[in-house]
Amino acid sequence: MPLDTPKRKFKVVGTRPPRPDGLDKVTGRALYGADMTAPGMLTGRILRSPHAHARIKSIDTSAAEALAGVRAVITAADLPVLEDDFIRDIQDNCMARGKALYDGHAVAAVAATDAATARKALKLIKVDYEILPHVTDVDAAMKPGAPVVQKGRTLENVPAGMSENVTSHCEFGHGDLPSGFAKADKIIERSFRTAATHQGYIEPHACLASFTSDGKADLWCCTQGQFFVRTLCAQMMGMEASQLRVTSSEIGGGFGGKTTVFIEPVALALSRKSGRPVKIVMTRDEVFKATGPTVSSSMDIRIGMTRNGRITAGEAHLRYSGGAFPNATIEMGGQAAFAAYDLGAVRTFGWNILTNRPKEAAYRAPGAPMAIYAVESVVDELCQELGLDPLKVRLLNAARKGTKSSYGPTFDDIGLVATLEAATRHPHYTAPLGPNQGRGLSCGFWFNFGGNTCVSLNVNTDGTVGVTEGNPDIGGSRASISLMAAEELGIPYEKVRTFVADTASLGYNDVTDGSRVTFAVGLATIKAARAAIRNMCARAAKIWGIDEEAVEWIDGAACPAGPNAGKFPPMTLAEIAAVSAETGGPIAGHHEVNADGAGVSFGVHLVDVEVDPETGATKVLRYTVFQDAGKAVHPDYVEGQMQGGAVQGIGWALNEEYIYGDDGRLQNAGFLDYRVPVASDLPPIETVILEIPNPGHPYGVRGVGETPIVPPLAAIANAVSRAVGVRMTELPMSPPRLLKALLSKG
Amino acid sequence: MKSIHVTTTVNGEPAEFICTPDETLLDVLRNRLGLTGSKEGCGTGDCGACSVTVNGRLVCSCLVLGAEAEGAEITTIEGMASGEALHPLQRHFIESAALQCGICTPGILVAAKALLEQNPDPSDSEIRYWLAGNLCRCTGYDKIINAVKSAAAEMRSN
Repeated sequence: MPLDTPKRKFKVVGTRPPRPDGLDKVTGRALYGADMTAPGMLTGRILRSPHAHARIKSIDTSAAEALAGVRAVITAADLPVLEDDFIRDIQDNCMARGKALYDGHAVAAVAATDAATARKALKLIKVDYEILPHVTDVDAAMKPGAPVVQKGRTLENVPAGMSENVTSHCEFGHGDLPSGFAKADKIIERSFRTAATHQGYIEPHACLASFTSDGKADLWCCTQGQFFVRTLCAQMMGMEASQLRVTSSEIGGGFGGKTTVFIEPVALALSRKSGRPVKIVMTRDEVFKATGPTVSSSMDIRIGMTRNGRITAGEAHLRYSGGAFPNATIEMGGQAAFAAYDLGAVRTFGWNILTNRPKEAAYRAPGAPMAIYAVESVVDELCQELGLDPLKVRLLNAARKGTKSSYGPTFDDIGLVATLEAATRHPHYTAPLGPNQGRGLSCGFWFNFGGNTCVSLNVNTDGTVGVTEGNPDIGGSRASISLMAAEELGIPYEKVRTFVADTASLGYNDVTDGSRVTFAVGLATIKAARAAIRNMCARAAKIWGIDEEAVEWIDGAACPAGPNAGKFPPMTLAEIAAVSAETGGPIAGHHEVNADGAGVSFGVHLVDVEVDPETGATKVLRYTVFQDAGKAVHPDYVEGQMQGGAVQGIGWALNEEYIYGDDGRLQNAGFLDYRVPVASDLPPIETVILEIPNPGHPYGVRGVGETPIVPPLAAIANAVSRAVGVRMTELPMSPPRLLKALLSKG
Repeated sequence: MKSIHVTTTVNGEPAEFICTPDETLLDVLRNRLGLTGSKEGCGTGDCGACSVTVNGRLVCSCLVLGAEAEGAEITTIEGMASGEALHPLQRHFIESAALQCGICTPGILVAAKALLEQNPDPSDSEIRYWLAGNLCRCTGYDKIINAVKSAAAEMRSN
């Protein structure tokens, strides 16, 4: 759906009204996943493997079943054997079948009348394990002879002779690398590693499942996508989608990590077996051990540059591990790595590798932060070596409209150059630095997504409007959707209320992912509003006794279109709605679409750090985010995405990591030892929103949620490397690792 | 386990409940008294989402036993507004967009209120250190700090 006009003057879009769910959230009234209850509800709990890799020889649940208060015990034997690899992997991750593949992998579950009984019952389940050799490191897992996590999962595009843990290969790019490198005055080749990190949402996964004896079920859960949860759970329960209604609660953070299922099928199976509603709430320990995290990575980057800063060739070899199950995140890394650059010769080679770690879940721009970190680190080092200004070099090489991207498509209107120019003009870029301080910058990129979207817009007889959409609100989307509906209808924001529907009340909507909601649901809302407007114009035409075509919609009212249509005073939305029963019944507008044209998004982050030479601790002193939002519908929440993403990236760069012991067990499964940034770690995060309209949306909107986590890794690594005079090539740059680098420098 | 009968005050109203010795105050608030505004993010006192005050002292309710509420005065997020009138902090959190998902918001509001009761004019740095025990993963804290500051300014001027 094309941009209406590049110079549109908005009335309510771009303002900052209070969010509709704000009151409930500041008073404690909002209901999240763990806040749901049902009469007769049981408590479900899950038994998890203490081993990184073990064959499950047998599970004896008889003692647990005999315990008073226990109403059901399930294992993988209670779930169907599924044909499709994709969905079978998700189910096997929810409940291990045959082998436990990582520390924390679920092996059995109980439902009991209270939590204490359920905990007691777990201890009575006897699992006979045969412990197998394990591997948790991506490079070690790739070596021939490494313990094989799952057999038979390698795709045909992987050459023979590699470890069976290597499941897929991908390649992107264009041009001739050897001749590109031949034109370079300087070539730098470096290897990098990044740790797996967790999304770190504060709300643990929670759900309440209720099966009835006629085979129907209800599921309430905190999720980013109730429709996808329905698709998965219905197949795992062997039921038709129509018989399972999934209702999303308020969601306490997701960042991609709540786009799949972990406990939902388990709760459903327990409810079916016990005949009672079953609630499962994960502990934080379970969240760390068995949900999320990102891939861990190992990467080799080679980039050539001329003396005046033009990049002549870029090459990346990326090895990602998303744990014990195959995934396609490597493809997004391979596509994103060089996306910010206009290159004549570029090639990325990707490999996915299995390890004995939890199954990767999406985390904000999945696959992009690590690849771009590695590329942007080498670009920065080339700038240092050649004595060039890193922003000027980015501008010289920046992708722009008409650039053939490193992953194939040719870019339309994009905001990278404008974003880089804004950073150049900003006082932050030229502010003085003190001793032990360094400044770093990085570009970031994300594809953005559109997808299946269905919106229903109802005009109420009192002149208010209800918008029903199907995507859980993870960052203020109900406010931005209400703003777009109000803009289009020409009524105040306060007259619109947006609701998130359950799966029985609306057509299928893709998951809240890919920064798609403000773009795609917004687009569908605008189209639904236009359908309602056509309907209202027809009602006015009927009242006035003129042709429908002779009525137009101006500022929230139907008006005769021109002098020939007749002289009638405008009829407002409220006036038309009030008499709708006499003019043809209820007024509504709908729109259903599989939206494309999401419009890619670029950002630039600028950061100053100071490294303590005694301890290796890094303090972030100043941080500025520049990003193209297309059109910022509710600027407060656009800034919020930019700030929140930056801070998650700061955590990834400096502190956060999954630490595995030699025994293959996760050593830091809690917020004390897996340290996410706290308020006192951080400076204010300054934001600069650019608005380069997306040609694929009527208002020019682009998704903004994911791009901001991409640049911080390299921006901080570049700042730290410049501050300490050593190129840092491994994340996180935690104090021990940084101190080691400082000491080795001498 | 033998159950314990506890008599206490929650948000200014008398309350009674029965709990087992191993139930936390957070369990009791959420499961026995129906006050689900306090959230369990970790159960180990690391995230602050369950912050309440006990006799005026800010605590993580997941680290206090239900039985310890005997004779105490407990205040939770549900007691922060006076009827329909929101506390200035609550109003400024909405106006300053200081929340995204909102799961940490009750705990942060309770903690911020405790700060302003003992320091009505905190610096940015004092707010950041006071709230260091309350994790927020969405906002990057910026708008939270601004909301606390603007609420404090309004409270000082009244």
